Amino acid sequence: MRVKSHPILGEDYRSEFVDITVDGKKIKAMAGEPIAAALLAAGIKIFRNTPKTGQPRGIFCGIGRCTDCVMTVNGVPNVRTCVTPVEEGMVVETQIGHGRWGENK
Amino acid sequence: MKNTQVAIIGAGPAGLAAAIEIASAGGKVTLFDENQKPGGQLFKQIHKFFGSREHKAGTRGFRIAEKLLQDTEELGVEVLLDSPVYNVFDNFTVGYINSNKEQALQAEKIILATGASENALAFPGGTLPGVMGAGAAQTMINVNRVLPGKEIIMIGSGNVGLIVSYQLMQAGADVVALVEAASGIGGYGVHAGKIRRAGVPLYTSHTVKDVVGENCVEEAVIVELDENWQQIEGTEKHIKADTICVSVGLNPLTELARLVGCDFTFIPALGGHVPEHDKNMETTVKGFYVAGDISGVEEASSAMEEGRLAGIACAESLGLYDNQKASELKQEVWTRLDTLRKGPFGQKRKDEKDKLIKLAEGGEQIG
Amino acid sequence: MGSGIKKTGVPSREELKNIPGVPSEARLEEGPVAFIECVQEIPCNPCEEACRFDAIEVGKPITNLPKLNEEKCTGCGMCVAACPGLAIFKLHKNYTAKTSIVEFPFEYHPCPQKDDNVRCVNREGQFVVEGKVIQVKSPKKFDATVLLTVEIPREYLLEVRSIERKRCK
Ligand SMILES: Cc1cc2nc3c(=O)[nH]c(=O)nc-3n(C[C@H](O)[C@H](O)[C@H](O)COP(=O)(O)OP(=O)(O)OC[C@H]3O[C@@H](n4cnc5c(N)ncnc54)[C@H](O)[C@@H]3O)c2cc1C
Ligand code: SF4
Ligand code: SF4
Ligand code: FES
Repeated sequence: MRVKSHPILGEDYRSEFVDITVDGKKIKAMAGEPIAAALLAAGIKIFRNTPKTGQPRGIFCGIGRCTDCVMTVNGVPNVRTCVTPVEEGMVVETQIGHGRWGENK
Repeated sequence: MKNTQVAIIGAGPAGLAAAIEIASAGGKVTLFDENQKPGGQLFKQIHKFFGSREHKAGTRGFRIAEKLLQDTEELGVEVLLDSPVYNVFDNFTVGYINSNKEQALQAEKIILATGASENALAFPGGTLPGVMGAGAAQTMINVNRVLPGKEIIMIGSGNVGLIVSYQLMQAGADVVALVEAASGIGGYGVHAGKIRRAGVPLYTSHTVKDVVGENCVEEAVIVELDENWQQIEGTEKHIKADTICVSVGLNPLTELARLVGCDFTFIPALGGHVPEHDKNMETTVKGFYVAGDISGVEEASSAMEEGRLAGIACAESLGLYDNQKASELKQEVWTRLDTLRKGPFGQKRKDEKDKLIKLAEGGEQIG
Repeated sequence: MGSGIKKTGVPSREELKNIPGVPSEARLEEGPVAFIECVQEIPCNPCEEACRFDAIEVGKPITNLPKLNEEKCTGCGMCVAACPGLAIFKLHKNYTAKTSIVEFPFEYHPCPQKDDNVRCVNREGQFVVEGKVIQVKSPKKFDATVLLTVEIPREYLLEVRSIERKRCK
């Protein structure tokens, strides 16, 4: 959910969007925002499944340190989505386990 | 190799304030940050700060950040963004990554202002999507303007937990519980007062026993603690929530200070292991300075003052200020800093900081 | 849970009685006045800076509790908006024969408008009584803090400290 109007920060006047694809579905992202923000705005909370037990993981630290939020982005696994900005046409995939290079390229 | 007079690692309030001091004294500064935007934690602080006029009291944190950035720009400070520093060497080379390439820069002095990171808390269900650091939630709402959830449980009642709770409500979420293991509130009463008036239920002497949900957080079970911090069976409460924010303290990000061989001391009140430093913010490795949360977790206003101290001291040792001018300037900063470290919340930090300084100064004599 | 600011985030009756920022009962009768609920010694003094009538003294060190000089206070309300702790309220007990007004900062959406009926809450956020918004102030220098002035039945003067925040959904 996006915070369009805020009592302190005012209206959100940003209007530049990019399209990204998440697990095959197109979503609109705000230009320049981290991938994780675009996903949460679209209500997506599960970013990956752990290698051994397949447990779901999502964003945790938000500053690029814990690696809980890694996904496969443009075919490259283990990309920290909380610190990687979206780009037009980006292909983002829920990462299963350690991910595989090029699996979605 | 690229070179500069002072390399500053971390462009939060401490690093920016240090850069401004050195540049105003005529020094050449290069400021590194791993983020795409400078400002550190300051851009997510949308509340008005405490302190007095010289600490910019009553001004919202992000506005202070805007001013610092404007000053660094006007003074021509070189700011390298998207440039994580992975190593510093005692010959004053900085190893960093920029455009996916390892690069190096030669400096005469180095200031480490890398800040702190949030402590984790282990509890059953603590890895479910929807459980996150309070800082992550704060970045989402105030910088990215995205709500991570609608019904939020905050764990921890220090100032960060209290402030982020307030800000989550400002962004439109509901905070359905504030859970604190201690029997009292950790942060300022006035911050707690704001969220109490907004109707946030407070559970002191409570902890999270379990977080449940199929794939994401759906519910938390909290439980009361006795005087020995043991869970009291039968006091469990089930609270529906989609997000759990964890705010149980910060710890200084000191890897670089370790790599270069600074002496450390363990001081829980300052967040854990902290590099010893003297009154100039210089560590036990000559020419290496620290400022801000890395030298003990405090708050943004004190981080800026420490940055200024380190900056003035660097400028002095580079010969940009004579001793008298430098000591006058430093005295002004110390007066402001001491002011912030008073009262029931500040005195303890002051005592621990004094200890740290004594250790470093004592160490110098021995060495 | 115990009581008092440290345990609950809500100052107790005792605490309010013992701090120098709270005006006397006699002064409340006389007209609008600041009511400063700042009970912990934190490093802070914007209230002192904001008052053009020298009615608030913090002095040095700035961790001193703010002291209200109730004779000098005109009830202008400037300190209410300046306090980063949102701990100052402006009270006008004898606004009409039966009603009082309470002025307090409000930083949430949606913000009520003048003449709206609102649900007033106490320091714990519990509903106390219905009130009516008689003024909404938000000049640029408050930097997005809104001051709401709400008219309430007089007996709730010392209880009402905010209005219900609209829940999400
Ligand atoms: C989540 C959170 C919330 C907080 N809320 C408040 C608050 O509301 N009010 C308050 O007064 N204080 C708050 N603090 C406390 C904090 O002390 C100050 O806000 C202040 O930001 C500390 O300043 P700093 O410059 O030391 O660190 P920071 O502001 O954290 O800045 C450090 C910078 O260094 C960068 N960095 C770190 N390592 C490297 C590296 N190796 N290479 C390149 N760059 C690097 C980081 O990305 C960051 O930008 C909060 C802290 C956190 C973590
Ligand atoms: S209400 Fe006005 S006069 Fe009274 S203390 Fe506040 S600023 Fe001063
Ligand atoms: S400005 Fe507010 S929080 Fe600060 S001292 Fe004055 S009353 Fe207390
Ligand atoms: S959430 Fe921790 S690295 Fe992204």
